[in-house]
Amino acid sequence: MKHMLLAGCAVAALAIGVTVPTVAQQKTIKIGFVSTFSGPVAAIGNDMRNSFELALDHHGRKIGGMPVEVIYEDDQIKPEVGVQKTQKLIESDKVDFLVGYIWSNVMLASLKPIVDSKTFTVITNAGASQLSGELCSQYVFSTSWNNDQTPQAVGTYMNQKGVKTAFLIGPNYAAGKDMLEGVSATFKGKIVGRELTVWPTQLDFSAELSKARQAKPDAIFAFYPGGPGIQFITQYAQSGLKGQIPLYTAFTIDSLSLPRLKDLALGIPGAQHWVRDLPNPTNKRYVDDYRARHKADPAFYGSQTYDAVALLDAAVKAAKGDLTKKDVMRDEVRKANFPSVRGKFKYGPNHIPIQNFYLQEPVKEGNEIRLKTVATIVENDQDKHWQKCPMRW
Amino acid sequence: MLYLIEQSLNGIQLGMLLFLLAAGLTLIFGIMDLVNLAHGSLYMLGAYFAATLIEVTDSFVLGIALGIVATLVAGMVMEMIAIRPLYGRDHLDHVLGTFGLLIFFNELVRLIWGPAGLTISLPPEMLTAVQVLPGVFYPLYRLVIILSTLAVGLLLYVLVMRTRIGMLIRAGASNREMVGALGVNIKLLYTLVFGLGAALAGFAGMIQAPLAFVQIGMGENILILAFVVIIIGGIGSIRGAFVAAVLVGLIDTMGRAFLPDLVRAFLSYSAGSSAGPALSSMLIYALMAAVLVFRPEGLFPASNK
Repeated sequence: MKHMLLAGCAVAALAIGVTVPTVAQQKTIKIGFVSTFSGPVAAIGNDMRNSFELALDHHGRKIGGMPVEVIYEDDQIKPEVGVQKTQKLIESDKVDFLVGYIWSNVMLASLKPIVDSKTFTVITNAGASQLSGELCSQYVFSTSWNNDQTPQAVGTYMNQKGVKTAFLIGPNYAAGKDMLEGVSATFKGKIVGRELTVWPTQLDFSAELSKARQAKPDAIFAFYPGGPGIQFITQYAQSGLKGQIPLYTAFTIDSLSLPRLKDLALGIPGAQHWVRDLPNPTNKRYVDDYRARHKADPAFYGSQTYDAVALLDAAVKAAKGDLTKKDVMRDEVRKANFPSVRGKFKYGPNHIPIQNFYLQEPVKEGNEIRLKTVATIVENDQDKHWQKCPMRW
Repeated sequence: MLYLIEQSLNGIQLGMLLFLLAAGLTLIFGIMDLVNLAHGSLYMLGAYFAATLIEVTDSFVLGIALGIVATLVAGMVMEMIAIRPLYGRDHLDHVLGTFGLLIFFNELVRLIWGPAGLTISLPPEMLTAVQVLPGVFYPLYRLVIILSTLAVGLLLYVLVMRTRIGMLIRAGASNREMVGALGVNIKLLYTLVFGLGAALAGFAGMIQAPLAFVQIGMGENILILAFVVIIIGGIGSIRGAFVAAVLVGLIDTMGRAFLPDLVRAFLSYSAGSSAGPALSSMLIYALMAAVLVFRPEGLFPASNK
């Protein structure tokens, strides 16, 4: 298939003859895609891949008018595997772009080869604070957020609900720490407990839930992405805490976990920069076509990855297909002048979006439980690390 | 105090799970002198069998029961095909052979069930906490795990100490050659013991699955704990496995419950928050090291080895 495409391009180029301005026109754009496709969080990687493929289909399998080849690599949630796959994509596959990265720790480990090789990269989930601050980079863009922004929105919402004391729990890795920092930054009440659990191996939260019960807080805040989130919510429910101490979440209940959690998820709010029912035409097309193809709602992971294609398309078009013009592509992307499923947004100087955060809640729609936007918690929120980033433009 | 009781129950529950794994491991090691690294694969297989059978039968209890039978059969078949050639060989050969099996089972599961993993949903009536003592609420399902594992432990005790098969198992553990010389079908006995160990491991995998996740490689981390348990308890001793499993479960849970606060008292809050979980997961290895120094045979060494 690859060879046929290449041959097709070559023939087309020959037919046009010497009038073709650059050699880039004959080229297939190679995109390396790093995500997790195995283990308890494989569903996230699949959601991202499905959305990326759907976006490519929506763009006629072309980016900036050029045919695309995507190489998917599985990081197994391991930083050491992630960096290895990243190096392989850069050095032996010689990809033009890198897309993906779910996990902050995997992304941070992979950042050095990305920055050293000046590979134009779109991070479609991982939002480590270091990337927004001192490790920001010319050719690295995020279509997601900084880790602490979403929990900050949750903290604001907890204030609105009159929560006075809170117990925080999350996994012991880069993002877990960012999340707990985030919620404590905006939450005005007292934090009566803070637990970090071994990630990603600890799936039994008995000791921590007993601790939460003992602390008698007004509310529990939890961050558990992917499969562990299902386990946390299940164990929270079967410990009898549900109904006694309300739970607030960030990145724990999403469209991927809802079909498994079912009724257990009802009544547990969360915050997100994108919800599947946001009213804009790009989002409607994305969600409708995704549902038609996969019989389920996409999750925010997918939405961010869907946006990456529009971003790259705008970049390659601005450079007129010459992928060596990285500064032109960068300057174009900085305008954020492409249709995003979250609606209009701006880029901060550190290449992290400045955007709204919404309150979402699981609601019953027929036999299905889906996420619904309830309110806007904060508008045009910018992460608080951008000043540590040396880039100004 | 009530909090301490609740955390002790958490520790006992983890210990019970470890006991199921360690009992099979220690039986197989004690009787067949076989180091079985693929024991965690049986834990994983049990969980996958149960997940599928619960889906098919639409009954939690029936799915678990059939899952135990399926793991028992799988264990016996595995013993006949792959384990038999390893008897009487060097321990290094056991490690290599069973490590190969571990990789084989991981790939087999990937082929059959796919890489994504499965979940087992609890029946809704299990999603509550019950009052075990005045003021102490404990999740019903965890209580079910403790009680059913105790029942299995009791059955195992009766089987080993009070039945003819149990007598042969004990005799086999003491002196293999003599049992064979007395005309006992030692091959069949080995297959039975291996199947029993497999069923115990599979049962552990399937009752843990609703709390955790059914995934490839799920047995590997917990197998390490099970090895720690049999080293502390004394290799070949079921009683030792039981005591050591409860000990390890309690130490691990108490470490998670109290150590982070303790560390925070000496370090900064955030340093304590990250160092606490790391330190508490080291505790049981410290205990193992201490046992190896002071009682290298374990707390309850199997007699006349």
